[in-house]
Amino acid sequence: MSRQSNRATDSKKMNSELFTLTYGALVTQLCKDYENDEEVNKQLDKMGYNIGVRLIEDFLARSSVGRCHDFRETADVIAKIAFKMYLGITPSVTNWSPAGDEFSLILESNPLVDFVELPDNHSNLVYSNLLCGVLRGALEMVQMAVDVRFTQDTLRGDNVTEIRMKFIKRIEENLPAGDE
Amino acid sequence: MTVHNLYIFDRNGTCLHYSEWNRKKQAGISKEEEFKLMYGMLFSIRSFVSKMSPLDMKDGFLSFQTSRYKLHYYETPTGIRLVMNTDLSVPNCRETLQQIYSTLYVDLIVKNPLCVLGESLQSELFNSKLDSFIRALPFFSVRAA
Repeated sequence: MSRQSNRATDSKKMNSELFTLTYGALVTQLCKDYENDEEVNKQLDKMGYNIGVRLIEDFLARSSVGRCHDFRETADVIAKIAFKMYLGITPSVTNWSPAGDEFSLILESNPLVDFVELPDNHSNLVYSNLLCGVLRGALEMVQMAVDVRFTQDTLRGDNVTEIRMKFIKRIEENLPAGDE
Repeated sequence: MTVHNLYIFDRNGTCLHYSEWNRKKQAGISKEEEFKLMYGMLFSIRSFVSKMSPLDMKDGFLSFQTSRYKLHYYETPTGIRLVMNTDLSVPNCRETLQQIYSTLYVDLIVKNPLCVLGESLQSELFNSKLDSFIRALPFFSVRAA
């Protein structure tokens, strides 16, 4: 278990089918464990969040991206660097709200759903909801509170998959209590 | 040339890690107080520097020195703060601190699901890897201390 070899794995490709199937197994198990789809969506989001708060450190360490100056820059970094690095896809950034605090990531293909068809009794399941949690968790660690949700999903018959992200606020840092 | 000590703080001001190498004089207060004092000062310098900056701040504050030591500072966008005290002859350590963050902290702590984030680090592996990393630095030399 040589930890030093971690860097070397960067260039290696992970088998994407194994990844897709692993994710599928995870969602399937959640569907068995929880009564309804809303609860599964919530659990996926929670898991994603926990991944996100750690993944951001790995992202910063690998990409040496600095702090973004505005939300547009953040959107670009997420789409062009982060998605590329972890999922091998580059979603397009579109549908900016006039205030510039809301945009959509359009995924032409979603590696998580390669072999998936939603059965009729899971019509409310947001299959890839983990991604929302990851994005929310990662951005929270860089002082940005965001709202993330799927608005279109190829699994539900839409042409593309669309993730909508809304900037809520900057999380201000405070001195820990007890210090002057 | 030598390295005196190293602090790692998280975004909430918790001291995650402290280790020292050639520190001849102690502060004379408890370690907890020392960490608080250090974090408080960093916090103040940071906000001072960003308020006074005539241009948009990029990297923030990098280091300061007195007649006896030099303090090197590196902060990640997630608020992990690395502080290393060395003697005066040591050049800019930004890359060194960045390396500690990316190859040691991220690989050994963040990627270890058993390590709880935001608590002081208990990893033996991290401690020993960090120790050998610092000792292998070109400017780490006990003789000159």
